[in-house]
Order: sequence, then structure tokens, then C-alpha cells
Amino acid sequence: MKLSSLVLIFIVCNLTFSTISAFRLSRSQPTERISGSAGDVLEDDPVGRLKVFVYELPSKYNKKILQKDPRCLNHMFAAEIYMQRFLLSSPVRTLNPEEADWFYVPVYTTCDLTPNGLPLPFKSPRMMRSAIQLIASNWPYWNRTEGADHFFVVPHDFGACFHYQEEKAIGRGILTLLQRATLVQTFGQRNHVCLKEGSITVPPYAPPQKMQSHLIPEKTPRSIFVYFRGLFYDVGNDPEGGYYARGARAAVWENFKDNPLFDISTEHPTTYYEDMQRAIFCLCPLGWAPWSPRLVEAVIFGCIPVIIADDIVLPFADAIPWEDIGVFVDEKDVPYLDTILTSIPPEVILRKQRLLANPSMKQAMLFPQPAQPGDAFHQVLNGLARKLPHERSVYLRPGEKLLNWTAGPVADLKPW
Amino acid sequence: MKLSALHQSYLNRRSNSFRSPTSVDSSVDGSGKSLIAVFWLILHCLCCLISLVLGFRFSRLVFFFLFSTSSTNLYSAPFPDLPVKHLDVHTLGRRLEPGANLTVASGTTTTKSSRVVVGRHGIRIRPWPHPNPVEVMKAHQIIERVQKEQKSVFGMKSSKMVIAVTPTYVRTFQALHLTGVMHSLMLVPYDLVWVVVEAGGATNETASIIAKSGLRTIHVGIDQRMPNTWEDRSKLEVFMRLQALRVVREEKLDGIVMFADDSNMHSMEFFDEIQNVKWFGTVSLGILAHSGNAEEMVMSMDKRKEMEKEAEEDSSSLPVQGPACNSTDQLVGWHIFNTLPYSGKSAVYIDDVAAVLPEKLEWSGFVLNSRLLWEEAENKPEWVKDFGSLNENEGVESPLSLLKDPSMVEPLGSCGRQVLLWWLRVEARADSKFPPGWIIDPPLEITVAAKRTPWPDVPPEPPTKTKDQMPLSQGGNTAVVIPKQQQHSTKIRKPKRRSKRNKHEPKLTDTTQVSSSSSKRQERN
Repeated sequence: MKLSSLVLIFIVCNLTFSTISAFRLSRSQPTERISGSAGDVLEDDPVGRLKVFVYELPSKYNKKILQKDPRCLNHMFAAEIYMQRFLLSSPVRTLNPEEADWFYVPVYTTCDLTPNGLPLPFKSPRMMRSAIQLIASNWPYWNRTEGADHFFVVPHDFGACFHYQEEKAIGRGILTLLQRATLVQTFGQRNHVCLKEGSITVPPYAPPQKMQSHLIPEKTPRSIFVYFRGLFYDVGNDPEGGYYARGARAAVWENFKDNPLFDISTEHPTTYYEDMQRAIFCLCPLGWAPWSPRLVEAVIFGCIPVIIADDIVLPFADAIPWEDIGVFVDEKDVPYLDTILTSIPPEVILRKQRLLANPSMKQAMLFPQPAQPGDAFHQVLNGLARKLPHERSVYLRPGEKLLNWTAGPVADLKPW
Repeated sequence: MKLSALHQSYLNRRSNSFRSPTSVDSSVDGSGKSLIAVFWLILHCLCCLISLVLGFRFSRLVFFFLFSTSSTNLYSAPFPDLPVKHLDVHTLGRRLEPGANLTVASGTTTTKSSRVVVGRHGIRIRPWPHPNPVEVMKAHQIIERVQKEQKSVFGMKSSKMVIAVTPTYVRTFQALHLTGVMHSLMLVPYDLVWVVVEAGGATNETASIIAKSGLRTIHVGIDQRMPNTWEDRSKLEVFMRLQALRVVREEKLDGIVMFADDSNMHSMEFFDEIQNVKWFGTVSLGILAHSGNAEEMVMSMDKRKEMEKEAEEDSSSLPVQGPACNSTDQLVGWHIFNTLPYSGKSAVYIDDVAAVLPEKLEWSGFVLNSRLLWEEAENKPEWVKDFGSLNENEGVESPLSLLKDPSMVEPLGSCGRQVLLWWLRVEARADSKFPPGWIIDPPLEITVAAKRTPWPDVPPEPPTKTKDQMPLSQGGNTAVVIPKQQQHSTKIRKPKRRSKRNKHEPKLTDTTQVSSSSSKRQERN
């Protein structure tokens, strides 16, 4: 009698906990399983598959910077801060570096903000270099592999190229010291200097609570066909147009500004999130960089993202089949966007919406605090786990040096 | 970092240009130096002016043209190992027309491969950058399909049929009221059966109105005529509704029965909300105790305000009939329309100009599952009386008489907080006449005296056939409403005169009408 009641209580507890663990967004909509090129890996649990050692850097590399400017916690580059916080308390963390598979260096390179809130990347190479010099001299693990089993979070516009202007970023290239490390970054574009092979693309940070507080009932009918809010011409930096977004955003405006199907404007409405939930397609064109938080917002709100950025690499591209979920439009086809979107068969649209409704999809785009299973932190760890075991070439022979510590512009070599 | 050849050469050029004055300076005297400085200044100004005119910095374009040989070589054969990505190459911006900001492009550029290049790109605009109606229609179809899917996923999983019971009778306002109810029922997204019970027998009038709806209808007639007082009328309506419920029972209609009185107004959310009923539900009903006399209304309102000041009741003075719930959303009673302010001033006869008051509990505020009425239905609750054995002589006032236990009623519409339909009674005078079927046939025999006629008083000289027409105008002050046939005859549409109006011989009626109108005129004068 007692045993049966205990079993019953156990079963009841199990059921309640399993429902709580899912992100609150999961509703009763029928969904489809999501499996990318790496298989059905969105819900994998990284615990037990890898071990991460977190370097204890002096607080001038992370905490003090954050104290100087707490705005870093809310902007779209906040992933680096939350990643450290997650790893410090995660079960994959190990305090014994000998058994670690991956090493994490917590340095906040994107926290030097202008009064407007935009990060200045000018000191970031020096900061990174100084951090690497520190770990190379205090621990033997950097020199063992020259960073090939270390990973860094570089969420800036062009990743480890550390510049906001694309030409200059291309000119600089990825920081020489990071040439062998794994980079976790938001930027992704095929055949581009600033995307190293083996990098893990993550979504930009979007505040989960803020988005959740703007949810509307899911039975509200979707009546907007295409929705977009943002700049078309960056009047401050590129008044004539043509540089900003490679002319794609300007083309969207010029072709569709009087089209009733396209709800596009530069205004900032307070109902931005609610409107996205009432739209079928949300445009995610490139800006100065190909990625934007719009993708995350579109996925969370169930709006099919229309990605207008040639050769872009989307977050977790091996785990999420973006071709099935979003609509990709070449920049040269922007004038015919309405034809493209209306010629998609309704069954395909409904399937995309079902895929978007999958709670694991929405969970994978977010950085919630505290971390929840299946969220972006876990996807990063899954990605790192998929790269294991390290190849033999990762480990250098003693005395072998592959990196040139003096390469790069002279200004970068100054100490930080 | 690797610099491209082009970039390097450009930089060298710039550094050279700055270095050259100093190197020349050593060899040439001061005049040469100033000459070169002036030359560079002039070149600089010229470049600025050209940029101003063109609207963009053209210097990079110049370099592109100058070094086009090297760049095209690199384009034609993609070298994956060469640092192609470092090139600052530009596509041909189409803005070569001075002053024109945006141009029409057909979408061809010089970039061939999938490699994306940095720099200025043209803004592509299609030849007719305006909405295409075909695309708009397709988009609307897509939107409809998505919304349908949304409704099926998030809306009602399985919707029950709605059975609307409407008592009616032929009178002036019947068409007005029935059309309103009909349109509401036509918009209901669920299956619907409309049971129309008519006092005075099932007439063609009513049948023709309800046939326009396209809904499935059951038209039942009872022999009694509708009486002239509101009290008797509501009693007969109760009888008619019970007849309808008998029909539901006999036909074994399965769904949710709601009472759609023909003068009520229903909101669409009402039909969505009643789908939630399990057995017997009640909604809040807005009572619009109409009064034709504005003064009366004001006086009754004032009286009501006085009463409110005297008695500090917590009962609401809202004209709503509906369920009353306690804090745990359980039904504890009913809100009923307060008829005290209207005492003695309410309408008795149907055409009285006074407030028409509802009964204690109007039937329209209740909905029930039709299985309650069946003889045998599984899971039928015990707190329902058997409908078959209902004795009407005992006085069935409200649907609660169908239940043994009125506390089992489910309150709908967030426990009565939402008013989903409105009760109203508006009728015309008892002696008001209206054209049967609202079709004017035979034509009107009315003379309308107009001060000024917008049309010429003398119609154009008609053909000989109608020459027995009297000249119409006598002084230009009066005019005759020309009936249809006459108008047709004056226009050259002779064949039409042999139309369905054959039963009235055209000429005779013309003359009689004209004579009657003229005689009328004489009388008035």
C-alpha cells in the first residue's frame, strides 16, 4: 500500500517536472521534429559528453568591464557575458584542466560602449592578445595546442576581425592568435575572411523576458502578409544608399513602399512584438552586417523569416535546417520579392509555421537566465561536443610553433 | 594582413602624391613648388565638384576603370587560393546619370559568382514598382488559408451545431428584425439550423424572407394570432418557443439551442462562447428598454437616479440580465433588470410610446444542449426535468422551469462579465400598413406636390399612340409622379409595353391616374 502510493507520487512528480522544463511558449499547435544536417540534435544533452575548463582571468578582463558599463547586459552582444555565467555553474565545467576537452577564456571584448551604446572594437584586439599572453604564460595548455582546443565568444559585428566596417574588417582578418581556436560568433557568411572554418554561429542575444511579456493569444489571426521595421537608408553613414545593406534594404523600400501587402516602415512602434505575431512573413535583410536579432524575434513569434543576405550562415546551421524553416531570397531578386513570396504553396507555408512552432526551435534561439535545457548555451556545447574528439594535429610537438605572435598591425601589439 | 595590389597601389599613389611636392621641392625652386601645390588644389576642387554633381564619390570608380584589366582577370577565373576577398572591387553602380539618385535596373550586374563583394551596389528597382493585383490576390488567398489553419488549430476543436429558435409574426417591423437576425446567423461559422415559429400560420411572407438566408430552416406555424399587448405577446412567445423545442426533440437535432428573438442583436462572440456549454448555460443580456418618447426616458432616468441615491444598494443599475457569481466564479444568482423606475410608465399595448420592459428572465439569455430535450440521451443529468412530460398549464415562465435544480446552470462569458447580446423590442403602430413582401405592386397612387421640378414640366411630345394623355403641366407649379408604365411609353421602348404589366391596360390607368391626380389637385386648390 505504501509502496504503491510512493510510486504514484513519483510518477506525478515526474510528469509535472517534465512539463515545467519546456519553455513556456509551447502551446497546443502541432509541430514537426527539426533535424538538420547533423541529425536530430537540437535536444541533445551535452552533459557528460564534454568537459570545459574556465580560465580564472583577473577581473579586469570581465567583471570590471561590466561594472564600468552595465548596459552590456542588455545589448545584442551580451552572449559573451551570459556564456561565462552559464559555464561557471554548469555541470560540464571541470576544475581539473587535465581532464578538460575544451578551454574557455572569458574576456569581454564587446563591452567598450559609446555613449549611444554601440561597442567600439578598437581596443579589443589588444585586450584579446593580452588575455592570451596571460593564459599562455600561466598555464601550459595554450602552448600545448596553440589554442586549438580553446574557444572564445566573439559576438561583435564581424566576429574576430574586430571592426564594424566590413572593408576594414576584411583588411584586418581574424586576429592571428585566434587562428587555431574555435570561435563562437554571431557573424556568418560563406567565403568570408571573418568566418573561420569550424566556427560555431550563434544567434544574437535577445532578452527572453521582454519577448515573452509581449505574447498575444495564438489564435489571433495573422493578417499582415509581410512585416518589417527598421532603416532602409542609413542616413548618417551612407546617405546616398548603395553601401548600406548592399542596396538591398533600399531596394525593398523603393519597390514595395506603396504595396499594401508590405507593412514596412522606419517607425519604432510600441507594438513591434505584437505586430510580428500577427504577420506571416518577417523580412530579415542584412544591414551593415548580415546578421540581426530580427531572426531571433521572428522565430520566437512564429513569423516566417525572409532572409535577404547572400551567402549568410545562420545560427547552428548544422543543427537547424534553415532552408526548410525560412525563405531565402537573393539580393538580386529583391525587386521580385512579392512574386517570390506569393508563389510559395500554402502547404509549404503551413509546414514552415509548424516547424517554427516547435518549442525546441524557439528554445534554441534564446539565452535564458537561468539556462534551460535545449537553449542556445546547450546548442553551443552540443556543437563543441560534436567536434570531439580532437584530431592528433591539434596537439603540437614540443617546441613547434605555428602562430606568429608579432603579426598584425603595429597598434595591436601594444599592451592593454 | 595582406594588401591587394590595387589597394597598395592606391595607397602608394596617395603617399606619392603627398611626397612628391617635397621631393620636387629639393630639385625645383619655389615657383615649381607652388605650381604643383596649386595643381593639386585645383585637381582636388575639380574632384569635389564632380562628386557634388554626380552625387557620390567617383574616385573609386575611376580607379576601377583604370585598373579594370587586372580586376577582370581576377573575375574571369576564380582563384580560390588568391586573396580575392581582399579586393575592394565595386560593381558598376548605375548612377552614372548626374543628379539622378535611383535608376531603373533590370537586375544584371558584373558580379557573377556567389562571392559577395563589398562596396557600393546599385539599388535595384523593377520597371513598374507598384503592387501587382494578381500577386495581391494570391497573397490574400494565402492569408486566408493560414487563418483557416489557425482557427482549426487554436479555435474550437469540434464545434456543435447551433439551433436558433425564433418566434415571429407578420407585421411591419418583421422584415427589419428578421433581416438583422438572418444576417447574424449567416455569419456564424458553425453549422446552423434556424427554427422559425410563426404566429398566425406559416405564411409565404416569412418564408420568402428566411429563404434568402440560404441556411437550413424549419418553418413552423401555429394558428393563434399574436395578441396586442406585450404581456400576452410574451406568453404566446413562450408557447411558440416550446413548440420549437418539441420540434427539436422530434427531429432529434443535435446541437446547442439558443433563442434568437427576432428583434434582438447578437454579437459574433456570442456564438463562439455558447460552444462552451455542456448542458445548460446562461449569458449576460443587455436590456435596451426602449422608449419612443425621449422625455419619458429622461424622466425615468432621473427617477432611477433618485432611487439610487435613496437606497444604497450594491445591486448594479446596469440594464443587464445575467448570471451573478461569487468570487470563485460560481453561480449564485441572477441579475435582473430593475423595472421599478418604469412602474406605471411602461408600454402595455404594442404600439404604446413608452418603455417596453422585459420579463423577469428573458429566454434569450439562456442556451441549452439539445440533448436535454431528447427522450433518451446518454449522460443526461438528473437535474433536468423530462421535456416530454412538461405541463404548460403550470406556467412555464423561463427556461429554468425546465430544470429541477437551477443552481446547475453554467455561467458563460467569463461569468457574465461579457455582454454578448442585446434585448430590444421595437414595433410599429398597430394600424401601420406596409406593402406585402415589401414589393410595390400595383404602383403607387400618390400625388406628390413639389415646389420646383428638377425636370421639365412638359414631357417630350409622345408618339401618337399615347395621344389621349392630358397635358400635364398647368402652370408649372405642380407635377405628377409619373408611374413606371408611362415613363416607359414615352421612351421609345414599345415592345416592353406588352410586358407583365399587361393586366393593367396601360392607357386606361394612365388616364384614370391623371384624372384622379388632377381632380385631387383641384380639391386641394
